[in-house]
Amino acid sequence: MKIVVCVKQIPDPASPYELDPDSYYVVRPADQVLDDTDRYGVEVALQLSDEIGDAASVTLLSMSPGGSQQGIRQALAMGADGAILVEDETLRGADALTTSQVLAAAAKRAEADLVITGTESTDGYTGVVPQQVAELMGAPSLTFARKVEHVDGKIRIERQTQAGYDVVEGALPAVLSVTSGVVEPRYPTFKGIMQAKSKPVETLTAADLGVAPDVQQKITSVEDVASRQAGDIVEDEGEGHLRIIEKLEEVKVV
Amino acid sequence: MKTWVFSTESDGHAGSAALEALSKARSFGGDLGVIHVGPGSEAALAELGDHGATSVLQIAEGSAAALAAGLAEAAGSQQPDLIVFGAGNLDRDVAGRLSARLGKPVLANAVDIAVDGDALQVVNEILGGTQRVTTSFAGGSPAIVITRPKAFAAEPSGGGAPAVTTLELPDVGHAGDVEVLSQHVEESSGPDLEAAAVVVSGGRGIGDADKFSMVHELADLLGGAAGATRAVVDAGWVPYSYQVGQTGKTVKPDVYVACGISGAMQHLVGMKDSTTIIAINKDPEAPIFGVADLGIVGDVHNVIPALVEALKARA
Repeated sequence: MKIVVCVKQIPDPASPYELDPDSYYVVRPADQVLDDTDRYGVEVALQLSDEIGDAASVTLLSMSPGGSQQGIRQALAMGADGAILVEDETLRGADALTTSQVLAAAAKRAEADLVITGTESTDGYTGVVPQQVAELMGAPSLTFARKVEHVDGKIRIERQTQAGYDVVEGALPAVLSVTSGVVEPRYPTFKGIMQAKSKPVETLTAADLGVAPDVQQKITSVEDVASRQAGDIVEDEGEGHLRIIEKLEEVKVV
Repeated sequence: MKTWVFSTESDGHAGSAALEALSKARSFGGDLGVIHVGPGSEAALAELGDHGATSVLQIAEGSAAALAAGLAEAAGSQQPDLIVFGAGNLDRDVAGRLSARLGKPVLANAVDIAVDGDALQVVNEILGGTQRVTTSFAGGSPAIVITRPKAFAAEPSGGGAPAVTTLELPDVGHAGDVEVLSQHVEESSGPDLEAAAVVVSGGRGIGDADKFSMVHELADLLGGAAGATRAVVDAGWVPYSYQVGQTGKTVKPDVYVACGISGAMQHLVGMKDSTTIIAINKDPEAPIFGVADLGIVGDVHNVIPALVEALKARA
């Protein structure tokens, strides 16, 4: 089974990102990191691959207009076999649909049986790429999975619902989106980190994939919102709960 | 102007996101239709009509792929200018697929939609709600939008029953090859999170699933509902229905008590409009303190039990 895991490299969330004042694109530093939520998809892929054995492979797929590879190496160090990087300046500022066109074309080219993604990226949050990729591949989508099993050549998941969960099964090839609690992602070992440096990373352009970027949405303005002012911050020295009760009395909750 | 709103029936009622979107869409004027997925109970259809829907395309059930294909066909013949989805999981599945099928973008996380002649603009909030971004569609209709919960208030207009047409879904072959084997309900106790006057939420700082009971206990004592961050829900401590934030619920209670929550942007978006915010966290640098009216820098494992005891003593 060929498993392709879509991973995104994003500005380090520890320091909030900025929008370029002219283009309104996210300012992307050269050393972007692996979106933390993508580690879960990589782990699910590695576990399925371990279960299936030699007949399985795990390939990372990432679109990175600026050619950042730091995040890819992080995921390779976890144990993925190789990566496909779509590196193309014309994809800068791509919207979710353009991104999905690129990912779907690359996954098809790699003859993926299973494409794994997170549910939404930490920087963009559109949350529709897995579904768009599935539609473009003509594949079923198994989304918002909190548990994943490989059963009789199909993928069976527990899908988060408003009331609880559904058990859903889909035929391969399929697209699977996983939540950030589905598994415990492994930490790269020293050996893994060393091996990651020599693992194959294939680079492609949008043209190689037959995708002509056509972004049909445009940011017209960005405004600051009047922010809430912080109130009293007090150190708890055994009396903190009394301050909370005072506040609750003030707003007449108790 | 022709607007379509996506609704999913739940316990015999229309989707709340649909009623909110319909209330907003009335101000656009023109045709107001609903794509309604579910059995089509009389109550659900009446609610849709009462919020301004004049026509309903009714679909009993189908895979996300089949729903998107059916919607795409209907959109091709009826030419809506705008299709509005809520933030639910099925909403996102169908909106994403429809977008890819039609080759039109989706604008997600909308907190406002503005119509100016033929131009449609969508507003969303980034960076924990500190910036508002306005985006326009440049690719022709239909514009596809996913709204944030509670972006608009649901207000009845007193409209009568809508005209209902059944929509048959096409066969989509392999893409529709998914099967729901079973459905499971995970009970949550206490008042409705979105309607509660007091919400007590727990984050990773609570420690583990067992200790989350202190969040429940405090919520009960305050007559409120318990909520949680995405990290806690993803870790499986409590069901998804507890999640407050970007990909969960939006709450605006009188009092929001954040326990062991750092205040990631994903969470702030869902609760920053609460009237009073009280935060307990041991990290003085936690971003949650930036929005709190009262911040206690301390260990939740000390502060909450002391608070619970003091509240019990008063009862």
